[in-house]
Amino acid sequence: MNVYLLAIDWALILEKFLLVGLIVSLSMVVAMYATYGERKVAAWLQDRIGPNRAGPFGIFQPLADGGKLFFKEEIIPLISSKFLFILGPCLAMITALLTSAVIPWSTSLHLFGRDISLQIADINIGILYIFGVVSLGVYGIMIGGWASNNKFSLLAAVRGASQMVSYELPMGLALIALLMLVGDLRMSSIVADQVNGGWGGLKSWHIWVQPIGFLVFFVCALAECNRTPFDLPEAENELNFGYHQEYSSMKLGFYLFAEYINMFISGVVMSTLYFGGYDIPFVNEASLGWDQNLLAIIGFAVLLAKAFFFVFVFMWIRWTIPRFRYDQLMKLGWKTLIPLALVNMIATAAVVLWLKK
Amino acid sequence: MTWLERIYLWNILKGMLITISHLFKRKATIQYPEEKRSFSKVFRGLQILNRDEEGRERCTACGLCAVACPAEAITMEAAERQPGEEHLYREEKYAAKYEINMLRCIFCGYCEEACPKDAIYLSQTFAPSNYARKGFIYKKDDLLIPHPIEDPEGFAKARGERATDGKKEKA
Repeated sequence: MNVYLLAIDWALILEKFLLVGLIVSLSMVVAMYATYGERKVAAWLQDRIGPNRAGPFGIFQPLADGGKLFFKEEIIPLISSKFLFILGPCLAMITALLTSAVIPWSTSLHLFGRDISLQIADINIGILYIFGVVSLGVYGIMIGGWASNNKFSLLAAVRGASQMVSYELPMGLALIALLMLVGDLRMSSIVADQVNGGWGGLKSWHIWVQPIGFLVFFVCALAECNRTPFDLPEAENELNFGYHQEYSSMKLGFYLFAEYINMFISGVVMSTLYFGGYDIPFVNEASLGWDQNLLAIIGFAVLLAKAFFFVFVFMWIRWTIPRFRYDQLMKLGWKTLIPLALVNMIATAAVVLWLKK
Repeated sequence: MTWLERIYLWNILKGMLITISHLFKRKATIQYPEEKRSFSKVFRGLQILNRDEEGRERCTACGLCAVACPAEAITMEAAERQPGEEHLYREEKYAAKYEINMLRCIFCGYCEEACPKDAIYLSQTFAPSNYARKGFIYKKDDLLIPHPIEDPEGFAKARGERATDGKKEKA
């Protein structure tokens, strides 16, 4: 037993712990400033200025918002199931953060004589893991709505759950086409597949070969993050707020915060799957002969930039189009996106088979 | 509907192009405490009690403004000018007490029209907020314009552009 313990590479465990801490806090900070960004983007698109009073350009606004949520009165309904009521927002938050574990954030760093991979876990079922965790997200919604013991919350939770389940299907189908191209579920090999094409990798990005797949994936990502036009689970004005109706204070904050983390993570996943991950466009990284650490950091920044772009597009869409009616939502999911994804999958399969011959 | 319209994506894209174009447009916001929207020339705001060019109060407490006031917001008490007060008051009679209840006032400007001495004008500021009702009963101290010789800047600012000092044409 002791022999095995000694054989563990303790530095590896320390390194992974540090990386987990770093990625989780990064997601938190990004989500925090995504709320600020959301308000700024909303304001700009509506010819307004947006929050600008708390600190220079209002950059302390998220702190003020968070502080406000912490100081608000915490109400737990008497007839609610208390354990589940608290578990709901925790689950939403945990599932939002868990997804980041398999994302290759950049090429490996070389520090203290060892290669440090900037991916928390390079498991061989990376994409399946993301799917598993994302589908767990529905429990946060369902448990929260159900434990509130309020019929409106419950209805909204059922609505949200059926939306999440419906849109997971086309999302998965869109990905199958991509996986057939790559031939591997590992996130690192999906990125590695996109680094070595022409124009410094740009030509081999999967978006060129899977535009329809990306479109389906993007629409489904909007739905999975409960963003407009699919934000029916939390339609404040016409559908009575939603599954977090009974929540107040930071528990409500957790639900809202989890949405922003989801948004950031899905931006990262989309960049990783379709836009080359940490690949720098127009630059052939290997031929530069730069320091490995510098390249890793630049790659990380590039991935973040791509993810932020998607976060911006999410916001841009939110402040442009109204939300779907519920039957339209279901119709789009089941009658349009699933057939589209299926056709895309079959066509990709045929092309892959034909090329292999 | 054409095929393009039916797939809906094209229309969303057009809408998004419209919203993104607003990103670069001039912002409509006026950042209130620092910037203020300018009022129109005929804006009727907070009343001022005017002074003449020597700084003497014009009001003779005739009470015509109080009579004209549809909201009955004005009350006043008259007093006789004593010898040695000629530099303070223009006529022999003056208002010892002059109050306007700003919660009653509807800023119609009838007091200004009724005044034969051009003593009351509606300026181009408005009554600031207050925590108590008492604070909205404006006394003579609150209404009286700054002295034109001692504080010419304050005088000009409070006077605004509507006061004509006896040159106005009575309709």
